[in-house]
Amino acid sequence: MITVNGNQSDWEEGLTVKKLLERENYTFRMLSVWINDQPVEKKEYPARLIPDGAKVQVIHNISGG
Amino acid sequence: MEIKEMKLLSEWSYEPAKIHRGYAKETLYVGLGNKDGNYKFEKRPVSEDMIDKFTGGRGFGLKLLWDAVKETTKWDDPENELVVAGGPFCGITQYPGTGKSYTVFLSPATKQTYNSNAGGYFGPFLKFSGFDALEIQGKADRPVVVFIDGDNYKVQIFESTIEDNNAYYISEELHEYFAKDEEDKRTISVISTGMAARTSYIVGLNFSFYDVRRKAVRLKQAGRGGGGTVLCDKNVTAIVVKRTKFTGMENDPVDVETIMKAGASLHKRIHDHDNEQCKMRAAGTAHLTEIMNDYELLPVNNYKFGSHKDIGNISSHEYIKLFSQGMADGCWYGCSLACAKAVDHFPLQTGPWKGREVVVDGPEYETAAGLGSNVGVFDPHWTIEANFYADHYGLDTISLGTTMAWVCECYGLGLINKENTHGLELTFGNKKDLMELIHRIAQGSDDFAVATGWGIEAAREYYAKNYGADLEVMKKIGMVCQGLEASEYRCQESMAQWGGYFLTLKGPQHDEAWLIFMDMVNKQLPSYEDKAEALYFFPCFRLWFSLHGLCKLPWNDIEPVDNSVKYKGIEAARVPEHLNNYLNIYTAITGKPLDRDGMILQSEKVYNFERIFNLRMGKGTSKFHEAPDRGLGPVWEDEWMARPDYFDAKLKEFGEEIEGKSVKEKIELLQKYRRAQWEQLKAAVYKRRGWNKNGIPTMKTVKRLGIDYPEVVALLEKHLKPEDEFEDA
Repeated sequence: MITVNGNQSDWEEGLTVKKLLERENYTFRMLSVWINDQPVEKKEYPARLIPDGAKVQVIHNISGG
Repeated sequence: MEIKEMKLLSEWSYEPAKIHRGYAKETLYVGLGNKDGNYKFEKRPVSEDMIDKFTGGRGFGLKLLWDAVKETTKWDDPENELVVAGGPFCGITQYPGTGKSYTVFLSPATKQTYNSNAGGYFGPFLKFSGFDALEIQGKADRPVVVFIDGDNYKVQIFESTIEDNNAYYISEELHEYFAKDEEDKRTISVISTGMAARTSYIVGLNFSFYDVRRKAVRLKQAGRGGGGTVLCDKNVTAIVVKRTKFTGMENDPVDVETIMKAGASLHKRIHDHDNEQCKMRAAGTAHLTEIMNDYELLPVNNYKFGSHKDIGNISSHEYIKLFSQGMADGCWYGCSLACAKAVDHFPLQTGPWKGREVVVDGPEYETAAGLGSNVGVFDPHWTIEANFYADHYGLDTISLGTTMAWVCECYGLGLINKENTHGLELTFGNKKDLMELIHRIAQGSDDFAVATGWGIEAAREYYAKNYGADLEVMKKIGMVCQGLEASEYRCQESMAQWGGYFLTLKGPQHDEAWLIFMDMVNKQLPSYEDKAEALYFFPCFRLWFSLHGLCKLPWNDIEPVDNSVKYKGIEAARVPEHLNNYLNIYTAITGKPLDRDGMILQSEKVYNFERIFNLRMGKGTSKFHEAPDRGLGPVWEDEWMARPDYFDAKLKEFGEEIEGKSVKEKIELLQKYRRAQWEQLKAAVYKRRGWNKNGIPTMKTVKRLGIDYPEVVALLEKHLKPEDEFEDA
């Protein structure tokens, strides 16, 4: 299991940031992703593996409307 | 040109103030008399105290309006004013988003102060003509056009000869009338409204600019709150400003190099990254429709649902095909974000201009949702036509969409019937009859159309009294607060956004705080105190734009690519690099230092003054901060059953055992729990803002902010009660 924005979420072998975003339907483009409090650059999303037990934060940055 | 020559009724010449460090330090007062033709013109000085306490733009508007009205003044009394003001940033050409002007007035819809803004050229041209603000007071004895001639330093009042009182016609004709030639049309900006302003309260102001590439007049809307109704009540057909010559140095800044450097950096960022971020240049704000749908935030059928299977029909991909691409948008100089999208050669299918091909501004997201999904229509061509006529008639597309969505639900519930609607079948998605309703509202064709054009709060009283409709049910489902219809986001699953909509100064408009992602998705605001902090900071931060003549889009609809890895948590949402640009540019214009605390302090003074102003007008207390049931959660079974697992889980979070309970019982329970949360949120927010339990700024707060003017203190002494104080305030 991993946590995504504080919610429990399934982990699977080979789970990348890109796959996670697709699974959660996080389609907003201005995101920042942090794994265990470390930032992940956008270009790393397709290959960056998420380890089991990770704390993942997917921050949607809009705050203005 | 079709209009006849207009007779000059009055004229006044002035010596223009020289703009220095962002301010002309003079405002223009135009009195129209009280239907007696007694016109009056004045230049009024701007004091250092006015700059210190109210900064500019909306702040100036509120101060001038405060001085103009009494606590008994109603929106249609002659002393009500329409104030238009930019701010110290307004008109600079070196940084994007500086063409905004802010209008302030007593609103027919909300019965308190309202402020609404539009981009384009009017604010800069007014300032370059020598004025930080324009006040229009009184009522003309005949339809008039007010002309501010910033080239020859004259203000003239003409008897209007315009017979078609709709915005595109008025604007096109007046650009033609006051321009020497085609090229000269760009030196003019017109404020007008449309025929709906005669009977409707949800009527806005159209600010024109001339698009030289299209050779067409474009309209930007200060749409909300009924400013158009006020203009019409004053018998003003249009306010026109003309200013031919200007440079990028009109504001006389201290340090233009700093402004240019910040602007160049942002232009490059927009050029390099907009396509991978918000796609503003291709889709404008309509890029949000499918995103809102994916997060269950798109209002569908009067906010009952958050997504719809037909979203593809109104997605940004469809709008991009309809918007003309590859053209500068023609809005104020220096804004490369180019969000002002337009549909060219659009053939109208209905109404008085049926058969004509027109240029339609937008639709922006709010219109695509309000005159789209929220009324159950997933046809962009219908939305574009509705958008055109709403603008032309002066109708605010947001209030119109939200009101019609509510009408459709009332109709579906049998609260009103076909006899009441004079034959219209007002079901969700019935495009033909919904379009006909728009035309009828504008024309004031019948009692139903007129009452509906007042907006939800007044219309429901009329429906209850005259049609026997159940008022309590209509209150549950009407997305309105303080007399203002909600804008087009479904807020029920974000407690912080309940506050962002229903704990605001003027009602549920999204320009105070849009906290849904931060709260509902990111889970960055877990406690009431966290939410209250956000509902203190972001409304103040957003208000700051309105003091300076700024558009907010270049702040966070484009970001540095490393914003998301360089900054963590809520700090990233503040987009620190862009925030620092504003601080640096402020100093570069005015020569005065400003830090983040100072920025919030500028806003907090005006935020609290506006709240007190509303108290003065008989509102501004806790009882007017009320959230409808639809804003907090599902009201009917079909809403729950659209996401049964989700809502069951939400109810379980309160420790409820849900086995054996009917959906109706579950809805009642969820509403009860959320209503209790709402009350806790309200208290936490009031406390953080330095208000008492009744939502009134305390004496300590106004003294801290330096807005303890004698009239303010006297007003507060009348309303502040010991029993309303927080224990540890």
